[in-house]
Amino acid sequence: MSLHAMAANVLGGLTVAGIPAEGGGEGETFQAPGTEVFYWPVIAGQDSSWAITRPAVVLLISVGLIGWFFIRMSGRRLAVVPSKGQFVGEIAYDFVRNTIAKDIIGGKDFIRFVPLLMTLFTVILVNNVFGIVPFVQYPTMSRIGFPIVLTLIVYLTYHAVGIKTKHGIGTYLAGLIPPGLPGWLKPIMFVLEFLTYFVIRPLTLALRLFGNMLAGHLMLLVFIVGGEYLLLHGDNIGLKGAGVLSFAFSIVMTFFELLVEFLQAFIFTLLSALYLSDAVSEHH
Amino acid sequence: MTGSIAYLGYGLAAIGPGIGVGLIFAAYINGVARQPEARGMLQTIAFTGMALTEALAILGLVFAFIFKG
Repeated sequence: MSLHAMAANVLGGLTVAGIPAEGGGEGETFQAPGTEVFYWPVIAGQDSSWAITRPAVVLLISVGLIGWFFIRMSGRRLAVVPSKGQFVGEIAYDFVRNTIAKDIIGGKDFIRFVPLLMTLFTVILVNNVFGIVPFVQYPTMSRIGFPIVLTLIVYLTYHAVGIKTKHGIGTYLAGLIPPGLPGWLKPIMFVLEFLTYFVIRPLTLALRLFGNMLAGHLMLLVFIVGGEYLLLHGDNIGLKGAGVLSFAFSIVMTFFELLVEFLQAFIFTLLSALYLSDAVSEHH
Repeated sequence: MTGSIAYLGYGLAAIGPGIGVGLIFAAYINGVARQPEARGMLQTIAFTGMALTEALAILGLVFAFIFKG
């Protein structure tokens, strides 16, 4: 498929808000936007074992942007008085290194995990913010496949680190039980801790990011599409006024989304660091 | 009136986590007001607690979409 079609598809994000309402017929009944707004036609590779979709293109753009930004920053000589770009990069790195990694993992272990945490933080943050950037307007993480892959990386890392720290799978599993428990409580605690480590942690880590991005984007769509419907198809001046109000509120909600998007990137990285710190500590 | 009762269920399921998140940040604000120098440490704990509490609401949202029928 040509680059043209890809660009058209990405740029088509501007009209995403208009699709469900227009598709519902000229103003007979209001069709609230549902999860179908996240489904977009496959850009390339429909009949093969691989395919490029719109979120994949957004992800590639974000990776390119992050790579360009940091390679450009590290390529030139770093100034003592930073330029604007260097300033932003330094703030992001300082935030991940000191506020997240150092405070939570601590000791001399934390520096090993800073590259992983920094990558997670920047990728999630840029992809989330793409949800409200004009012309892109697609939060990649609202498709469950992307959070699952990120979670899988964290999941495999903290188990591998844990097994390496405890010198073997047997001692790692035995280490799940908190010390100082009476004998009859140990099997119950083991089942609970096992479920926490192997099922609940990865599940909630992936679903939290996915759910927040999906719900936030849908909420914006409801305000914008609903406002458009009220304004264009409202019967009286009151309904039209409500439409204007809905549009105004959608702007407020966009800024709220910006906060949520940052918070989710922060929380994902924070929890990853927390799980890693559990894995590197010798005793539970 | 037509619709899916799953969404109503999600509304009910969001009450508990809502109260929980409120309690967590109330405690956080109290802590920072009493000891402003503990802000950094409390912030991490507060956001971790919020993430764990919020997980319940997120599960509710996902189940609402799964069971909408």
